[in-house]
Amino acid sequence: MFTAFLIKYAEIGVKGKNRYLFENALVQQIKYALKKCDGEFAVRKTDGRIYVDAVSDFDYEETVAGLQKVFGISGVCPMVYVEDEGFEKLGDAVVSYIDRVYPDKDRSFKVAARRARKNYPLNSMEMNAELGGLILDAYPEMRVDVHKPDILLNVEVRDKIYIYSETIPGPGGMPIGTGGKAMLLLSGGIDSPVAGWMIAKRGVKIDAVYFHAPPYTSERAKQKVVDLARKIAAYTGPIYLHVINFTDIQLYIYDKCPHDELTIIMRRYMMRIAEQIAKETECLGLVTGESIGQVASQTMNSLMATNEVCELPVYRPLIAFDKMDIVAVSEKIDTYETSIQPYEDCCTIFVAKHPVTKPNLNIIRRHEHNLDEKIDELVRTALDTDEVIVVR
Amino acid sequence: MEVYLDNSATTRCFDEVSQLMHKVMCEDYGNPSSMHHKGVEAERYLRYAGETLAKILKVNEKEILFTSGGTESDNIALIGAAMANHRKGRHLITTAIEHPAILQPMAYLEKQGFQVTYLPVDREGRISLRDLERAMRPDTILVSIMHTNNEIGSIQPIGEAGALIRRINPGTLFHVDAVQGFGKFRIYPAKLHVDMLSVSAHKIHGPKGVGFLYIRDGAKVSPILYGGGQQKGMRSGTENVPGIAGLAKAAEMVYAHLDEDMDRLYGLRTMFIRGVEGIGQVRVNGCPDGEGAAHIVSLSVRGVRSEVLLHALEERGIYVSAGSACSSNKPQPSATLKAIGVEKDLLDSTIRFSFSVFTTKEEIQYTIQALSETIPMLRKYTRR
Repeated sequence: MFTAFLIKYAEIGVKGKNRYLFENALVQQIKYALKKCDGEFAVRKTDGRIYVDAVSDFDYEETVAGLQKVFGISGVCPMVYVEDEGFEKLGDAVVSYIDRVYPDKDRSFKVAARRARKNYPLNSMEMNAELGGLILDAYPEMRVDVHKPDILLNVEVRDKIYIYSETIPGPGGMPIGTGGKAMLLLSGGIDSPVAGWMIAKRGVKIDAVYFHAPPYTSERAKQKVVDLARKIAAYTGPIYLHVINFTDIQLYIYDKCPHDELTIIMRRYMMRIAEQIAKETECLGLVTGESIGQVASQTMNSLMATNEVCELPVYRPLIAFDKMDIVAVSEKIDTYETSIQPYEDCCTIFVAKHPVTKPNLNIIRRHEHNLDEKIDELVRTALDTDEVIVVR
Repeated sequence: MEVYLDNSATTRCFDEVSQLMHKVMCEDYGNPSSMHHKGVEAERYLRYAGETLAKILKVNEKEILFTSGGTESDNIALIGAAMANHRKGRHLITTAIEHPAILQPMAYLEKQGFQVTYLPVDREGRISLRDLERAMRPDTILVSIMHTNNEIGSIQPIGEAGALIRRINPGTLFHVDAVQGFGKFRIYPAKLHVDMLSVSAHKIHGPKGVGFLYIRDGAKVSPILYGGGQQKGMRSGTENVPGIAGLAKAAEMVYAHLDEDMDRLYGLRTMFIRGVEGIGQVRVNGCPDGEGAAHIVSLSVRGVRSEVLLHALEERGIYVSAGSACSSNKPQPSATLKAIGVEKDLLDSTIRFSFSVFTTKEEIQYTIQALSETIPMLRKYTRR
């Protein structure tokens, strides 16, 4: 029965002179999301609002689900259009709307009429009272509550008359593309996809880098990362996934550095490589899924040790999250099932039984000098053999 | 060089098989149940397949039931026999090293109130007839023993077991999972006192998704699929005509020169084992050379994780199988390897090579060479 959607956006509304930029970005993102839905749509920006009109038959559930993945949308209101053919026809339409949307009539309601066209014969107060009366006549078991109604029935007189009452929550945040671009360090785990999703939700376009260590990590581990990137891309649009072959660097560190520092030194090189790609691809920051104290390489000391090798800011949206909270988000964005597939990633293959938890920066730097002979060349080779997968 | 040594997982289809299947799918595509000419034509393939397979097993073609493969054959054999005979008794016997397509239906039957005895195996992966004899009870309705083990290639004394079961309790049905044995050995169910035998096409260079179950005429087995009543009501569903035609063609081709092929594979196996023994700290699991299946070698390589070795070989174009679940996140070591007493620290270092008629001497030499280079390199880098 619904043929259109009113798109509600939260934070963009309070923007000043830049507001149109955000709105235009949101329209772009909505159009992109609707391409994947069955049906044809027109997206229009009028009266300081964004409307999605279906111009053909469409799949309602699929369309709502698609819109619910567009960052910047705080709510989606399914709407019915009624041609202005006199108040009597409008009354019939409102009563029939109530009947179809609310089969269970034991509810309170309030009519909220609004007139963009002030020459309509009734004013807003009269419309509220008349339409309310018609609904009560038709369904005596319903009751009016002007303070906390179960149903807030909006009736707006514009080019046509718009009727809507339900708001389906959207993801919130800001439209992709309004916040620059960041490079996500994507492993196969639970945390990094969530971190990427959270930063993207603030309007940031995401690219990603994955460290692959054949033969220690398998092709399926790589496929898993591609699958995770695809889940994020459902919200963010295409992701450029950089696959870096990390094996030789890892083995070289294994040969030259104390074993309990392996993970931390390895992570420092991952950050360096990620930053290099980030700079080359005009990213404004790195994103990781680190959370304080989760593992040895994520203590405050370890984070300091990995942080110092980068000039770009490193965004760690999960830094104060508990694991169960991260899991809750990953379930919400549908990455959890993929993340828990049992393929080993390169961080765990050589991990020491007791890695350092409080690395001493001076000692780490000194031990890194053991790598001086070949490491630059290995890093260059790794960067040169970067495999870029465009994930949609 | 591409060297495919994972033939116990699946095999490359013979060209003749795929050509025949293409013809069946695109020209002789009728439904064998249809009354018109197209249907009769399709039915002819089924008849021919039944006769071909029956001849190979020296049984009657009425005793061949086409299925979707090994798993379905095993399920019909176990669940169908249990359902048909539960009034006679509720005790079943199998071995500890069966394929999950046996172990899982057994677990299901246990939940339905049946009792199951799991026979242990020795270090070479063989059951003892004495254990079987002791396990037999008056209420034992079914014994299921695999012919050739899929992980280590050990072969069970099927004929002796069959004779023993017949002697102790002639009413007990004897099922054999011959998914790895068919196409490698000449197996004659009637002589071995076998009542049911499972076979899969894709292990013998046929297509995936098709197989058969031999059911001795007179053995009481209930269907597990109901519907249009095809195959005399034993397995409803339109027959997979192209698959069945391919299965028969593959079986025909494999059995045409079975003896030469197996002699050659035994030679390759011996050569392979000699070659890898030189690497050091590498152990062959299961049967000693000369016994066991010609096409399977299970190796435990101390100090190397099987998954890593698998991928390292993959980089050189060699495809093998990890002998056991291996990821650190999935602590489910193989039941077979545990049952033959492979030490804990080798469970995760076990890898399976399986050969086929396509395997060449050059490929084996190349693989030995790759192993001798890769294993010492991988041993250097381990978790400390």
